[in-house]
Amino acid sequence: MLTKRIIPCLDIKNGRTVKGVNFVDLRDAGDPVELAKQYADVGADELVFLDISATLEARATTLDMVMHVAEQVNIPFTVGGGISSVEHVDALLQCGADKVSINSSAVKRPELVNELADKFGSQCVVVAIDAKQINGNWKVHLDGGSIPTDIDLFEWAKEVEQRGAGEILFTSMDHDGTKNGFANEALAKLSESLNIPIIASGGAGNVQHFVDTFKEGKADAALAASVFHFGEIPIPELKKELKKHNIEVRL
Amino acid sequence: MKLVIINYGAGNIKSIQFAFNRLGVDAILSNNPVEILAADKIIFPGVGEASSAMKMLKESGLDTLIPTLKQPVLGICLGMQLMCKSTEEGNTKGLGIFQTDVKRFSTDLKVPQMGWNVIKNLKSPLFSGIKENEYMYLVHSYYAEHCNETIAATDYGINYASALQHENFYGVQFHPEKSGTEGAKILENFLKL
Repeated sequence: MLTKRIIPCLDIKNGRTVKGVNFVDLRDAGDPVELAKQYADVGADELVFLDISATLEARATTLDMVMHVAEQVNIPFTVGGGISSVEHVDALLQCGADKVSINSSAVKRPELVNELADKFGSQCVVVAIDAKQINGNWKVHLDGGSIPTDIDLFEWAKEVEQRGAGEILFTSMDHDGTKNGFANEALAKLSESLNIPIIASGGAGNVQHFVDTFKEGKADAALAASVFHFGEIPIPELKKELKKHNIEVRL
Repeated sequence: MKLVIINYGAGNIKSIQFAFNRLGVDAILSNNPVEILAADKIIFPGVGEASSAMKMLKESGLDTLIPTLKQPVLGICLGMQLMCKSTEEGNTKGLGIFQTDVKRFSTDLKVPQMGWNVIKNLKSPLFSGIKENEYMYLVHSYYAEHCNETIAATDYGINYASALQHENFYGVQFHPEKSGTEGAKILENFLKL
């Protein structure tokens, strides 16, 4: 059976991982390649690198980093953050990225999803959506969640699927950072109304949250950052627990 | 060992090249028939859409060259699908090396199948040292139907051929270059064929 995927997310700035990573036995916790290899070794199914560099020079450094990750890591990885053109995606894929994730740029110019799917195939186009509830309705937010829009989460997700997205990475801003669990109700609604895989993001705090997002949230994959980086939830133990709950995982 | 990865413009071949580098083998990227014919081993990759990939193969004359190769050839993902008789994707005629057809997954499933799934009923030296039900990474919307040439099977809604072999031609639907240490073992096995 196709397994549920566990995906650590690493923030990258100027080619280095940032936002505190606390791993034992790591020579250099800021080196994305070291971290990526370590995650691959402990059973992560995929990796996401989110580039939070502010300048073009720093983005060039990220390309270099992507190349080094691709050279040394033998599991798939996605690169996201500030991607808004076909050329940029081409450069990332040429360096060995397997998929790219686009977010605000897709909202600003939805045709970008079509262009990327046509040129590179849906399998490498992940559309990331940040949303939170306003008066009970899930509204899409832009630029790292700082700008609210009137766009409905479910309508937008449907639209990007039709435009050729291969996967949706949904982050609930209401849940992100709370460690109180994923937005399972919205996730289940997304999963049932779309025919492409859904990655749950935002809210992971303990093992049960992952069980719940796969069972109740019907997510295909779950993404988290700090609980993995600080060793609060070791991936091998997490996967063993999921297996005990009859959730198919790669052990 | 002269290893050539056929470079006809379809998809991300860097990852395959890197995977062989990790095994200590330098792979040459080429669409030059002379260079391909001189290789000991050949990788036929492919990511993207079938009809446009076939068009690119035809433009470079590789569609007639590939079926005549005598060395071990390994088709990966779309590469394997193009080695079949036909594919429903873009209603495309394939190279006809494997006597089977490629169909689209049923719409009751999430398509593409994306992630790790098991391969079983392994029947080839390509899988030497690989245990039954080992996990491999797959990303695809179309699948090859079973035939006499099936050397591995996978379930996604239906049971389909996740690897095929005809004489010196091998095809795998999964991405060994992205399937961790076990995937690397399959590439190593291919180099030993």
